[in-house]
Amino acid sequence: MQPDPPKPPPILALRGVGKTFANSVVALDRLDLEVREGEFVSLLGPSGCGKSTALRLIASLSEPSRGKVVWSGDAREPRNSHAIGFVFQEPTLMPWATVFANVFLPLRLEGIDARGAAPRIARVIERVGLADFAKTYPRELSGGMRMRVSLARALVTDPRLLLMDEPFAALDEITRFRLNDDLLALWQALGKTVVFVTHSVFESVYLSNRIVVMTPRPGRVFAEIAIDAPYPRDETFRTSAEYAGYCRKTSQALAAAMAHGVPA
Amino acid sequence: MKGPLATRIARPEALLRVALPIVMLALGVFAWHLVVAINGIPPYVLPGPALVARTLVTDWPVLSASLLVTLLTTLQGLALAAAGGITLAVLFNQSRLVEYSLYPYAVILQVTPVVAIAPLLLIYLPQQAAVLACAWIVAFFPVLANTTLGLNSVDHNLVDLFRLYGASRWQALRHLKLPAALPHMLGGLRIAGGLALIGAVVAEIAAGSAGAGSGLAYRIAESGYRLEIPRMFAALVLLAMTGIIIYFAMSLVSHLALRHWHESAIAREP
Repeated sequence: MQPDPPKPPPILALRGVGKTFANSVVALDRLDLEVREGEFVSLLGPSGCGKSTALRLIASLSEPSRGKVVWSGDAREPRNSHAIGFVFQEPTLMPWATVFANVFLPLRLEGIDARGAAPRIARVIERVGLADFAKTYPRELSGGMRMRVSLARALVTDPRLLLMDEPFAALDEITRFRLNDDLLALWQALGKTVVFVTHSVFESVYLSNRIVVMTPRPGRVFAEIAIDAPYPRDETFRTSAEYAGYCRKTSQALAAAMAHGVPA
Repeated sequence: MKGPLATRIARPEALLRVALPIVMLALGVFAWHLVVAINGIPPYVLPGPALVARTLVTDWPVLSASLLVTLLTTLQGLALAAAGGITLAVLFNQSRLVEYSLYPYAVILQVTPVVAIAPLLLIYLPQQAAVLACAWIVAFFPVLANTTLGLNSVDHNLVDLFRLYGASRWQALRHLKLPAALPHMLGGLRIAGGLALIGAVVAEIAAGSAGAGSGLAYRIAESGYRLEIPRMFAALVLLAMTGIIIYFAMSLVSHLALRHWHESAIAREP
């Protein structure tokens, strides 16, 4: 075994976070979670376990009922729009705007003019592999391409933290694999911190440094599994015994988490 | 990609959509002609289509002036309805209090028959203003109602996205709500176009011989009193054509504004 490299500092922590909705559904209860700089963390759990709620709390789109979300590191305002990129379950593009205009949106809301932003936008559109589609409208794109636009939009502000809410759940498997590979390549190239919500064991093992398995109703951390396989990961990893082993371990943890909570 | 194929499939269909109404119109006019000719109906009871066409030509100086008046009133009414309806919808969207205070009165204005309001307006306003007010009253509500619906049916995730990036109220309105509401807004305007014409006509009729008006509806009323039935028909034909042209103009505007992105403006293969 190699000696452990020093752990990077956490950039954010959820401490004893609870969220109860107006209809008195307890989505989260005493959730503790740390996210470290440069890490790829997956929140894994069945639907309705509050993973998405946790993500919305981190993004300040929703306020916790109990506990708090603590940001650390430099003095950057956590709500600073530069700090966070968010990719929703659906591509969530503006249908009336071209790919360029959709990716431009976060910068436009900052007050940056289109001419000044154009090189940045062109670069990020190229990074997600859509260089030829800047003038295309979302309806003319496939589901996978729309998700790429959504990813480009999240990356255009060069955020510290990228939050992804089951972004590839609605895609077919072939497209999902390709997007997984491209996402990993981007993550390695850009060095972002990613919090990725998924209900797929296979996807979470393939992508993450660390998987946080959550219990359903109320959502709480049940287990944390470190995936120590080196990057870059590719088809070889996907078909390896090591991958299968991690999947088995994660599946077992997920099954135990579900038995622990209310039956689905 | 699917462009050329879609056009190839759409072409015979499009041809039928134009050709069939024209054939029906020709048949109808022909039947009308036969009924009049066979029964020897006198023109002061029912003029034949040929006579109506001739009247259209001989009375063109009078009729065209009236057409212009009605058309201008309608377009002014429509423009005011668009401005008023959209402004009010945006105000309602920005402030619940304003909405709660004013919406019931917008509804009352809409449900009270304009025929009943017109005589009153004619007492208090100069005739031209009264006619315009009637056109506005009937046309503004569909714009208001549809725009309100559009502003309220924005994708919630997009709303969240705008919040995430700290968008101001104005930015959310300008870059999200108004574009999202555009299809509904244009739908409202399409209805409003026809209604503005109806409003203008109703007010002109109500003004009747009392007014010094010269719109198409006034011509119809006037010709009625004088038993100039062919001219009544000619004016009616012009009114109908005005309505049709306004409808198509609004549809064209709608299509041009939405052709890139909205489902309603995109031709699909069957």
